Amino acid sequence: MDPWTTLAQLIVNGLAAGCVYGLVALGFALVYKATEVVNFAQGDLLMVAAFAGWTLIEVAGLPYAVAFPVTVLLLAVLGFGLDRVVVRPILGRPQFATIMLTIGIAFAMRGVVSMTWGPQARTFETPFSRKNTPFFDVVLSDVSLSIIAATAVLSALLFAFFRWSWLGIAMQSASQNQMAAYLMGIPVKAVTSLTWALSASVAACAGLLLAPIALVDIALWLVILKAFAAAVLGGFGSIPGAIVGGLLIGLVEQFVGVYLLQEAKGIAGYVVLLAVLLVWPRGLFGGGERKRV
Amino acid sequence: MRFPFITEYRDDLRLLRYRSDWWSYGALLAVLLVLPAVLGRFYLGEVAFIFVLAIAAVGLMTLTGFTGLVSLGHGAFLGVGAYAHALLMANGVPFVVALPAAGVATAAIGVAVGFPTLRLSGLYLAIATLAFSVIVEHVLGHWRSLTGGFLGLTVQRPDLFGWSLAGRTEFYYLCLAVLAGVVLAARNLLRSETGRAFIALRDSETAAAAFGVNVAWYKTLAFAVSAGVTGIAGGLYAHKLGHITPEAFGLFTSLELVLMVVVGGLGSLRGAVLGAIFVGALPQVIAFFRDVLPKGFLPTTGLELTLYGGILVLFLLFEPDGLNGRWLKIKALFQTFPLYRRRTFQRTKTYMRSERYR
Repeated sequence: MDPWTTLAQLIVNGLAAGCVYGLVALGFALVYKATEVVNFAQGDLLMVAAFAGWTLIEVAGLPYAVAFPVTVLLLAVLGFGLDRVVVRPILGRPQFATIMLTIGIAFAMRGVVSMTWGPQARTFETPFSRKNTPFFDVVLSDVSLSIIAATAVLSALLFAFFRWSWLGIAMQSASQNQMAAYLMGIPVKAVTSLTWALSASVAACAGLLLAPIALVDIALWLVILKAFAAAVLGGFGSIPGAIVGGLLIGLVEQFVGVYLLQEAKGIAGYVVLLAVLLVWPRGLFGGGERKRV
Repeated sequence: MRFPFITEYRDDLRLLRYRSDWWSYGALLAVLLVLPAVLGRFYLGEVAFIFVLAIAAVGLMTLTGFTGLVSLGHGAFLGVGAYAHALLMANGVPFVVALPAAGVATAAIGVAVGFPTLRLSGLYLAIATLAFSVIVEHVLGHWRSLTGGFLGLTVQRPDLFGWSLAGRTEFYYLCLAVLAGVVLAARNLLRSETGRAFIALRDSETAAAAFGVNVAWYKTLAFAVSAGVTGIAGGLYAHKLGHITPEAFGLFTSLELVLMVVVGGLGSLRGAVLGAIFVGALPQVIAFFRDVLPKGFLPTTGLELTLYGGILVLFLLFEPDGLNGRWLKIKALFQTFPLYRRRTFQRTKTYMRSERYR
């Protein structure tokens, strides 16, 4: 392959992986803005979605176009329930407690998935599997294209939702100032639970999009580590920052793997993460948030 | 409830608060000393393993429980200690020198992690240490010339001046001695000026700085001490495993260590040991039930994880002080028998400490 084709291929692969990181990062940016809880179980929500999608498609025999929204809905219910039952009582405790709580939820979800579905990896058919689209000299896999297109559509939908819908504006106001939101008649608790539902359904989309390239496996939750890198790079809690950070991390990984050092591909994202934290903790789009003493 | 009557300054500095504590801890030590005569070989090994975990938990407790710095990457320190110890022993360094040297090497790595992360706190520190843990596991797996890659490294048998410590009983006594030494050292450190500085930093960094605590120095010191103790635990862990691979020191180990200190109860050494007992003993309890219950009644995978996660969540929601808090409450119940009040342990309400500036 000539160098330009390789480059184009790398960019598309990097963008596809980056979109998934960005979606996961977006999921916890939503929850972080609303409740200052960082959801360490976001990766596990993604994994649960992939397994649920597999069950609906391969066991129940539903077509992909039906299974996708059903899975997203299921995960939204799961996210709503998690907030209602487990997370809400702990709000107001030190941040460490909330981090540990979500880690506990993550452990339990991983355990339940492994008890229900067993440890073996699996895969499911999608309309994009094993198909390619030639684009000039470059052959692009449909799976990568589907991820990029779906992320673009999802970002546009979320933008419209936060900009124009009643609920989206209520979510923004509740995350900016809870007390003022209460006084304006916004049911803050319900809105927070709905934010969790939204975040879980974004994770579900990411899981279903990722499943065709990575196997449906317990190890899918590790995506959250890359998503942390994306979120920190983009500025924690910033929604456009999450997507941009994700894309950058995805590209950096691909380029380091090919042009620098094959072994370093796996940790390139984490090195970027540490470097950003040490040098520039605010990230690309981080607001002027200050810690209160 | 008993209250210690403090009549002079020296009373405040006592190693144990009550005189009767000497009897109870002495009795505990006596039981542990005669345990090898009673316990079977398999369970003796498991108890020694719990001792190793407890050493690492004490290391993490000084950082997270007493200095208030969250680390989700202590499994990496355990790994650095284990590899340093194994490599030193493989190059002919005697055991008595290699184990402290592994601790010192890990402490140096701890400084290398702690110093740059001085600006970070809370969430960001948690994420940074998590990333550190992943990077260390990756480096251990790919630096083949030094660590043997994913195939791992075989650990030499430990000996002390020509006397082998590889047997179950000898290894048990070795771990017990190191654990007792570490707990005593940690207790001494924490009632000294250094320990009070750590606790002041945990409660309020600004207030501590206003009282003249050198924040940067004590935070780095906390990282060094914590990593050093965990490194020593790593050396013993290497002997326990016999053959070390990078997977043994991955994310899961890090999270297990955090589980120990949280379930045990943050801010108490007793909690660290109780948490280690919980995490170390749970797989044995599950194995026991698997034998007793009909075949296929318990799922083969995932049960342990589910229990870890579920128990962690339940503790955080209903007993944030952990096993140690539960222990203190039960003790108070019996000491004040008909007059126990739940309120005794209730703190004034804590409000959400926002990371935002409004």
